[in-house]
Amino acid sequence: MSENKKTPLLEVQDIHVYYGAIHAIKGISFHVDQDEIVTLIGANGAGKSTTLNTITGLLRPKHGSIYFRGENVTTTPSHKMSSRGIALCPEGRRIFQQMTVRENLEMGGYTRQSGEIAESMEEMFTRFPRLKEREKQIAGTLSGGEQQMLAMARALMSKPKVLMLDEPSMGLAPILVEQIFSIIQELHEAGVTILLVEQNAQMALSVANRAYVLETGLITMEGDAQDLLHDDAVRKAYLGS
Amino acid sequence: MIFLDNLVNGISLGSIYAIIALGYTMVYGIAKMLNFAHGDVIMMGAYIAFCALQYWNMPPLVSLVVAMVACTVMGVVIEGLAYRPLRQASSLAVLITAIGMSYLLQNLALMIWGANPKSFPSSMINIPTISLFGGELKIAGATLVTIVANIIIMVALTFFTSKTKMGKAMRCVSEDRGAAALMGINVNQTISITFAIGSALAAVAGILLCSSYPTLQPTTGSMPGIKAFTAAVFGGIGSIPGAMLGGLLLGVIEIFGKAYISTELGDAIVFAVLIVVLLVKPTGLLGKPVREKV
Repeated sequence: MSENKKTPLLEVQDIHVYYGAIHAIKGISFHVDQDEIVTLIGANGAGKSTTLNTITGLLRPKHGSIYFRGENVTTTPSHKMSSRGIALCPEGRRIFQQMTVRENLEMGGYTRQSGEIAESMEEMFTRFPRLKEREKQIAGTLSGGEQQMLAMARALMSKPKVLMLDEPSMGLAPILVEQIFSIIQELHEAGVTILLVEQNAQMALSVANRAYVLETGLITMEGDAQDLLHDDAVRKAYLGS
Repeated sequence: MIFLDNLVNGISLGSIYAIIALGYTMVYGIAKMLNFAHGDVIMMGAYIAFCALQYWNMPPLVSLVVAMVACTVMGVVIEGLAYRPLRQASSLAVLITAIGMSYLLQNLALMIWGANPKSFPSSMINIPTISLFGGELKIAGATLVTIVANIIIMVALTFFTSKTKMGKAMRCVSEDRGAAALMGINVNQTISITFAIGSALAAVAGILLCSSYPTLQPTTGSMPGIKAFTAAVFGGIGSIPGAMLGGLLLGVIEIFGKAYISTELGDAIVFAVLIVVLLVKPTGLLGKPVREKV
């Protein structure tokens, strides 16, 4: 497929998602272009994670469509998303606690050939030297920051065309938050397209190219991340000033 | 020597419980459901082996393979038809379906083979009794085969879950179904394979059970099924070594209880031990503590 500039890498069109009777996402549309970092910011419960889970097929929209590289992937089962090139590093990390660090990474490359897995594993160990040190350790015994790195590395093991990160800074000390965000920037510089969901709007806007503000299931604002970072309404609502 | 005799019998009975318990524990660990029809798959496996041996004149090893293949298909079909549509349903609905499936299999066997017990042929395991200590300790061929089969299954399953790609995928599904799907693991297929393995083991267990206790009737699977379930809980449900340990201990306790305390109370003693273990350690002997989700 040609990377036509007109076709976004990932495009979400007017999706509605329900949890039972609760209308969690009320018709949102957005897109992510090749080589961008796009962030979805918003308060707890705004529907950020729901949106990412819907893109990966863990949840199904009642209306609306999702296109990836021009193909409709709205009803593609979630286990086929990874080989298509969409990886989600989920909220709360959800690493396999009872497996070793190495096994977690292997599972990240589940749909790939063993040669490719070995190659990506080396890349991950270079990028995250801490994981190399902990290679044989049971993942559940890692610290919070290490677990976040493992979750990111595991998602990268599938060599995704778009990496979706759900609250990567959650529950981490400020110094680790800085570290995680500098890794995000490094990944972006290395050519990974990123869709970032964050409650930490300050950090998210400072690394992103474009941003969408999500409020109770609706997109209320969108634009250049730098503009939003200096927007009065955004500052008041999300940046605490 | 009576003590050793009892111990060997206990280990042999326990090995059968352990093999059945593996089916319960693997399915529970991966599909998060109690497959109460598992005991009846054992009975079906024993009947199929019986037919292969007695009516179709197949050699024992071929009969074993026929029973294993038939049970594997049965397990996968049961899962696909009865349990898969309930994947999002409440666990109570799944439990009731499993109990219904158990009665369906029993009545199916009643229809096909009738209520009269069949005597399982001893030609299935054609190994002579071994005499040790100058004939003071006799180990029946079936007992020996049961214990060896148990060890082989344990080693093979441990290797499978720790080293193979499919086995690792099973552990992922067991820990976090959603995260496993994100890795590209087909969750439904993984659950099917788990049922296939559990049911193939059920066929082996059915043959071993009926070789030691040769009365075969449609309810043959229910009591061993319940005891093996107890063994799985005893050892820590979801844990493969736990099922093994639980099964062996349960078999030994049952035989010793019957030999030294009371024949009538044998089963009661087994369940009393279970209650005590669960009071002291609610997750079972090797069960993992339930992690609170952050």
